[in-house]
Amino acid sequence: MAVDMSERKTDFGPPHYEQFLPPIIKENYGKWKYHEVLKPGVMVHVSASGARLYTVRAGSPRLISIDKIRNYCDLADKYCGGYLRFTSRHNVEFLLTDQKNIDPLIADLKALGHPVGGIGNAISSIVHTQGWVHCHSAATDASGIVKSVMDELCEYFTSTKLPGKLRIALACCLNMCGAVHCSDIAILGIHRRPPQVKHDRLRKECEIPSVVAACPTAAIRPIMVDGNPSVEILEENCMFCANCYTVCPSLPLNDPLNDGVSIWVGGKVSNARHEPMFSKLAIPFIPNNPPRWPEVVSAVKGLVELWAANARPYERMGEWIERITWPKFFRMAGIEFQKEHIDDFKHAGLTYKRSAQLTR
Amino acid sequence: MAGATYKTPKLDELEKGPWPSFVKEIKMAARRSPMANDLLGQLEKSYTEKIGYWKHGGIVGVMGYGGGVIGRYSQLPEEFPGVSHFHTIRVNQPAGWFYTSKALRGICDMWEKRGSGLTNMHGSTGDIVLLGTVTDQLEPIFAELTATGFDLGGSGSDVRTPSCCCGKARCEWACYDTMAVCYDFTMSFQDELHRPAFPYKYKFKFAGCPNDCVASVARSDMSFIGTWRDDIKVNAEEVKKYVDGGLDIINNVVLNCPGKCMKWDGKKLEIDNDSCRHCMHCINVMPKALAPGDDRGACILIGSKAPIVEGALLSSVLIPFIKMEPPYTEIKEIIERIWDLWCEEGKARERVGEFIQRVGMGNFLEAIEVEPLAEMVAHPRENPYVFYEDYFEEGDEDEDEEEEEG
Repeated sequence: MAVDMSERKTDFGPPHYEQFLPPIIKENYGKWKYHEVLKPGVMVHVSASGARLYTVRAGSPRLISIDKIRNYCDLADKYCGGYLRFTSRHNVEFLLTDQKNIDPLIADLKALGHPVGGIGNAISSIVHTQGWVHCHSAATDASGIVKSVMDELCEYFTSTKLPGKLRIALACCLNMCGAVHCSDIAILGIHRRPPQVKHDRLRKECEIPSVVAACPTAAIRPIMVDGNPSVEILEENCMFCANCYTVCPSLPLNDPLNDGVSIWVGGKVSNARHEPMFSKLAIPFIPNNPPRWPEVVSAVKGLVELWAANARPYERMGEWIERITWPKFFRMAGIEFQKEHIDDFKHAGLTYKRSAQLTR
Repeated sequence: MAGATYKTPKLDELEKGPWPSFVKEIKMAARRSPMANDLLGQLEKSYTEKIGYWKHGGIVGVMGYGGGVIGRYSQLPEEFPGVSHFHTIRVNQPAGWFYTSKALRGICDMWEKRGSGLTNMHGSTGDIVLLGTVTDQLEPIFAELTATGFDLGGSGSDVRTPSCCCGKARCEWACYDTMAVCYDFTMSFQDELHRPAFPYKYKFKFAGCPNDCVASVARSDMSFIGTWRDDIKVNAEEVKKYVDGGLDIINNVVLNCPGKCMKWDGKKLEIDNDSCRHCMHCINVMPKALAPGDDRGACILIGSKAPIVEGALLSSVLIPFIKMEPPYTEIKEIIERIWDLWCEEGKARERVGEFIQRVGMGNFLEAIEVEPLAEMVAHPRENPYVFYEDYFEEGDEDEDEEEEEG
């Protein structure tokens, strides 16, 4: 290895952000007065000094090659003095000082295959996880569903015709490294077959007391198998959280027949109007159907358009459902209410309807 | 390019349609990288068999660091040798995700030589994620990254890479300098970030206003949400312009106020600021007319997490309002006390939010020396089972008196 280890630097942290700020931002840092959305995907921030900073936001698949990053860099060099940024939802943003550059930049982004939008009353890019591309615990793919859903909903990214903001997120298992649990629509990969115990590997790969302790419902018990220590699963107590698999690779839950997707609605993180809310279960299970998951796509599109047709201005999915009530939501969405919709974990009782205030 | 040529009829379907295609991205990288090419092959197999083919974990890293690299190995190394090792590198992003093309090109050039050429811009926590390299390349990658000024991010049971919104760089609503605080905290906690020593992960997210663009209330163990405590600033002329321009101010603003603190008499907007809940809605609707007040700071909340293990949590109020001014000593001291307690008493894989649920918020506050406040609860307890720690005995009063006299 041809690396000089003698002057190895560690723990110096990320580069300081200041070197990446365009001059207009350095000059107007903390001085912005207001902003306006000029058209889908384009906004202007106006400073107390009168300076105007234009932002053009484009969607991205998150999983991008260095070729694409270099394309972004070319555009930043061409239009923005080499400066660009990304958003918390994987969009790329170009920061312009010359209004005349907006349309040529949008044309170049379109030629590159990247739609401009995601600002204001629109769907922004889907926050998501790795899926089959890179994760061992995935119950579904992430990028494939996201691509299929966004192909169908792209018009709501490139326009601002929705009543309010709509945030979709996808996590490919309950670990939720995408933390989807507070999204207007959450697509969540789930397992529904208990772990298969690989007795031959378990005693070498795993520490049995930690495996037993890992189960939140005490469904794992130590046993002897052919004279060797192992564990057994009390299947009726398993809720498929996969925490045991995370601490012990010999307990895989992945199963093509039983892995699939659930759909959750009505969460939000912003404090605007209603306090932040968790997403709630709408559709318990849809089997995996790659490459385009048509059942998931049509379910999500149906929910988006139902909300869009019925919500009041600014009303998020969860606020709309809270106003019309959940029974009405299930009827309007044509989703059958099932046993699985009723919580049975900790504090489940808090989710029961504890009044006679019902709509017809 | 060496290696097999795969037929990928299922993945090819995902090259169609208006949304940018990740399959095209993998194919672009596969033109020069056998790793990306074998990823394509393995992924097509996943799409056919409806299951993933990655092995569970594997500890790899760079010297002196315990986090920042996630080991990944294929279950099918003979069929897809290019992804037999396919490790992830997390690179600590600059605050606010601002870059120059020069800095990004530097990372691309390194990753072209030493990895698959595939990335996530960015990962869920905020890092630049470099997807796919082999163990032998880790040290050279680290050397080249550090030479260009980038360091690794967090992974495992450590401080995860803090992230923040663009704050004062491009937002009039930033109630504190999110990027400055994010950078400062990241630098202060370098050791905790690179060397996992906690019961589980600890995430910081810094949002400049209650719109919370970085989802801090849902996705961080410690959420900093900018807010203000004086009056909303009103430009009456601009309010009128919004109304004249067609804004239905009664239905869209006044009736949407959660504090019911606004009135519109046809000419003037009246705000009862004592009842304002600082939700941002009215300001969001009329950014030219309304703005957060000048006495700005942050509300600090604690404990949010995804479901694993004991259920999902949102963060809850720890400090209702604090001025965010360097060197942030008071906040850092509270953090140190939280970590001392949680490291001592927390169970393995127990996030701080779950730890608080287990020991009780009251006990937690007592241990970290923070006074309980009504702002910390949605409402006081409904159940009468109070865990008093001691009780009165006959004669207590006399003893107290004696002590006072003594």
